[in-house]
Amino acid sequence: MTTTTTTTAGGVKVVKPTVGSHLNDYWGRVRGGDLGTLPAVLGLLVLSLIFGVARDTFFSALNFANLFSQGAQVIFIAMGLVFVLLLGEIDLSAGFASGVCGAIMAILLTNHGWEWYTAIPAAMITGIVIGFVLGFLVAKLGIPSFVVTLAAFLAFQGILLKLLGGGKNISITDTFVLKLANSNMSVSVSWIIAIVVVVAYAGVQLNNVRSRAARNLVTDPMGIVLMRIAGLAIVVLLTTGVLTQERSINPVLNSVKGVPFVAPIIAVFLVVWTFVLGRTTYGRHVYAVGGNTEAARRAGIPVDRIRISVFVIGSFMASIGGIIAVSRANSVDPNTGGSNILLYSVGAAVIGGTSLFGGKGKVINAVIGGAVIAVIDNGMGLMGYQAGTKYIVTGLILLVAASVDALARRRAASTGNR
Amino acid sequence: MAATPLLELSGIDKSFGPVQVLHDVGLSVYPGEVTALVGDNGAGKSTLVKCISGIYTIDSGTVTYDGNQVAIHSPRDASALGIEVVYQDLALCDNLDIVQNMFLGREKKRGIVLDEPTMEQMAGDTLASLSVRTVKSLRQLVASLSGGQRQTVAIAKAVLWNSRVVILDEPTAALGVAQTAQVLELVRRLADNGLGVVLISHNMNDVFAVSDRIAALYLGRMAAQVKTTDVTHSQIVELITGGRSGNIGLPPEKPSDFGGEIVDITPGGDK
Repeated sequence: MTTTTTTTAGGVKVVKPTVGSHLNDYWGRVRGGDLGTLPAVLGLLVLSLIFGVARDTFFSALNFANLFSQGAQVIFIAMGLVFVLLLGEIDLSAGFASGVCGAIMAILLTNHGWEWYTAIPAAMITGIVIGFVLGFLVAKLGIPSFVVTLAAFLAFQGILLKLLGGGKNISITDTFVLKLANSNMSVSVSWIIAIVVVVAYAGVQLNNVRSRAARNLVTDPMGIVLMRIAGLAIVVLLTTGVLTQERSINPVLNSVKGVPFVAPIIAVFLVVWTFVLGRTTYGRHVYAVGGNTEAARRAGIPVDRIRISVFVIGSFMASIGGIIAVSRANSVDPNTGGSNILLYSVGAAVIGGTSLFGGKGKVINAVIGGAVIAVIDNGMGLMGYQAGTKYIVTGLILLVAASVDALARRRAASTGNR
Repeated sequence: MAATPLLELSGIDKSFGPVQVLHDVGLSVYPGEVTALVGDNGAGKSTLVKCISGIYTIDSGTVTYDGNQVAIHSPRDASALGIEVVYQDLALCDNLDIVQNMFLGREKKRGIVLDEPTMEQMAGDTLASLSVRTVKSLRQLVASLSGGQRQTVAIAKAVLWNSRVVILDEPTAALGVAQTAQVLELVRRLADNGLGVVLISHNMNDVFAVSDRIAALYLGRMAAQVKTTDVTHSQIVELITGGRSGNIGLPPEKPSDFGGEIVDITPGGDK
């Protein structure tokens, strides 16, 4: 490999990256323990292949669409958990927080006759308030987040029971809310959105290169940038292609095609939170506090406020997950957000590559990890395994992911990547 | 040689509860010079630095900066004046890259978006002005840097803000021979660029290699502040260990002043 040096801003000599050196660097980081989303992506491919070979229906368009609505709640909660985990904290109450928020929305809709446009914000505000209380207790009183959120986990379970009058099931009939998790966009809208996403991504990437090049800064090699754009285009267009197929068992009676509404909702939150983490001062400070709290404090970053804010984001995203879960089930019951939802969500974030030790993680981790969880759950269901086996397998996979995280961290420490 | 000090402390007292750590300490920092601050463990070096940087407030005494008397109540006050401290533990975030670390807490923005190109450019300019040797990329994670490179980033972070006084706490303590030489070269260059540099060190070789003046603390008192060329290695060692050497240093103490309990003065001193 030839390394040409180039001179960047002010005359510091740096290595000019080529496609080869870029891939080499990536491989070096992976071997050095900075795995990122790689294990999750590989896991996703391997699991899909196994299930696809074992059951033809796994790769059907109908099942593919199901994965989105099945995985959505976990993905939303996991997105919020990424922020909490970035600070090395944990939120064990996120599952039942999503249940409480969902119940609030359902009660307001059904029992009080509110409209969706007031009930949904009410659920979101509930999430924000919950997050603020949790964050305040952790940041200002200094109670470990494990304890605070474990207490909240129990309390929210109780609140949910009380809200539902001792365990009744509240159905919802609001068509807008029901559509969120159960309906699809029309085929043409699906394609338009898919193409807009690809073009926008390409625009952002190319513009980035252009503006850096204009200021004489080192840019990623064009080959890598094009590969990224092509990669995203393939995933988005292929997904859209599959989802715009007719997937109704009886198309004459009831045609089902188009991308489920949850997909663009997930995409919007993914883009917004990725922007917040990667491009704003706030996001930078979240990473800094997670990486070295003392350094952040000395740099004048309001550490306590950052700590509270990640719990607010965590519980807010839990409320989104709750809204989607209620929509999908058409109702709320005492187990909405309970059972394995929380552990699946933590698992999604960790499997996706977010470190339990703080400072490392991206929002995309939640989506990819959530997809892995959804595939396991769905595939094992198709293969007719009982809930017991599913839990054991999911538990083992979470354990593997956490081990990978811990080992990668140790390796990173010894190779100086962390 | 500049005649007026950029930063001048006089009569600084600092106590932690009943323990007085600094007694009537004076220190002058001249622009374009490296002032070495030496002293044994617990002599009060770190306390003095924390008083200058605003982490501790002084009990009494005056701080004169650029000819004006100033009060430093917080690290922000110190940075606003142009005083930056590079602590021994560097305070870098391993999970962030060089540019991100250099701008931590003072990021440049365009609207609500971080202005990465500008930051990268400024970071590059600063590193270049310090004649930093080849780094692979300004976007390298700090975790992947060597000890000397990390020290360099921490120093570059301190001078990025047009600071005029840079205080370095044991910058070479954890470094190998080659890296120590590099960092000392960098320290010298800071002074040559016109900054007032305070170098805290235990290593006499380092002190004599780069400093223009040496200030020796002994048990919380400033034993002497002398030009490096006027003293010898062993005189400084005597100042550090005994507070005086020949006719420089503290006046001879009456034995009753210490009561044979010299060790008691250390709490709250060096970490």
